[in-house]
Amino acid sequence: MISETYSLLVNGKSYQVVDGHPSESLLWVLRERLELSGSKNACEEGECGSCTVLVDGEIVCSCLVLAASAVGREITTIEGLGSEDEISDVQKAFVDAGAVQCGFCTPGLLVAIDQLLNTDPDPDDLTVREAISGNLCRCTGYGRILEAVRIASKNRKVQNQEEQGK
Amino acid sequence: MGVIIAKSVNEACAVLAENPAATVLAGGTDLMVQVNRGTHSLETVLDLSRIPELKKWTMEDNQIILGAGISYTDLTHPQLSAFFPALAQAARTVGSPQIRNAGTLGGNLATASPAGDTIPVLVAMDASMQLKSSTETREVSITEFITGVKANALKPGEIIESIKVPIFKGPQEFLKVGTRNAMVISVVSLALVTDYLERKLRIGVGSVSPVPFRATEAEEFISDKFDWETNRNLSEKVINKFSELVANSTEPIDDHRGTANYRKHAVKVLAKRALERVSAGDIK
Repeated sequence: MISETYSLLVNGKSYQVVDGHPSESLLWVLRERLELSGSKNACEEGECGSCTVLVDGEIVCSCLVLAASAVGREITTIEGLGSEDEISDVQKAFVDAGAVQCGFCTPGLLVAIDQLLNTDPDPDDLTVREAISGNLCRCTGYGRILEAVRIASKNRKVQNQEEQGK
Repeated sequence: MGVIIAKSVNEACAVLAENPAATVLAGGTDLMVQVNRGTHSLETVLDLSRIPELKKWTMEDNQIILGAGISYTDLTHPQLSAFFPALAQAARTVGSPQIRNAGTLGGNLATASPAGDTIPVLVAMDASMQLKSSTETREVSITEFITGVKANALKPGEIIESIKVPIFKGPQEFLKVGTRNAMVISVVSLALVTDYLERKLRIGVGSVSPVPFRATEAEEFISDKFDWETNRNLSEKVINKFSELVANSTEPIDDHRGTANYRKHAVKVLAKRALERVSAGDIK
């Protein structure tokens, strides 16, 4: 049995992983060792997107990232969106649009959509559909998720205008 | 030994020379599926994902040399896709944004799946690969590299350094059949690349044989019939004959993604469609 000790940078904070095994995925380490259980575990083969996180600013399936290979990378999980006291604008838009049903796919979708709006503040529906094509939702039929993205995009625009007006 | 994150190609080759049994990790999108299923337990891992040389591309004598670590997402960026639209189309059909960010061209080749999406395009374009170990650098063609179903010609201690892709003048098309747009392993795939200067149409097909291959008989037939001045006016008879020849060259199997009969039919449809699209493009 080979064990390793290494540290991971998650949501700006450094975590020690002690006695890790080389086969552990980032998703497993996040959930089971670091107690960051927001990223969900379903297919473990990159099909469903419920484990989506950012690694160095790009969305990836954390189940397909070897945890010990992510040393020194900047990892952002759903726990890194918003703050302790306040949910993020995309999270709020999901609530407002009723885009959450069972909620299992929600963390992955939120990470993917937040990243989309950071790079493309005003995406059309096709762009949104493409951006979340790796995130499966079996409850909503996606209609309200698309609506949530429209709300979040609009709110960001209004906020930007207000900030520029100040 | 655990996970070794190499910072250069030379370092990676040195590590592999010392640990020939190490598992080589690129994007992880194939390897980690096996690891998560418990069918592949890792002991020593050589991670290639942080080697800057493998992320670069250069142009040399009308060829693009792509570092093996270039991701599918990178291949779809306009600065690269302009050289080989069909390769960008193929990269664009891989998985989802998450998978395209992680998965690499070198990984697609090393996995050597009959359904590997970039392979029919690279086969059609006669791409070659540079393989490197601590003692040797050698160049092999894609067809020499892929030796069977999920089998490649890498020797112990060797990694894929780069892929050399010639630039062709003229329209290109990549088509793939699957159950939906995202997250699809191809049931049939086909690449059609026009080589205007040599007056040749190049066709690569995937998922219809143990190894993606060029449909040479169909190539010869259509290159001769093609109107190289206007690239229009192909008769229906010629188009049908062409797609028949492509289909006849395949050896598909029945599996959970489709039957051999369906694949024969679908490859015919793709051949016809690709030819019509290329004919509608701007040839010069």
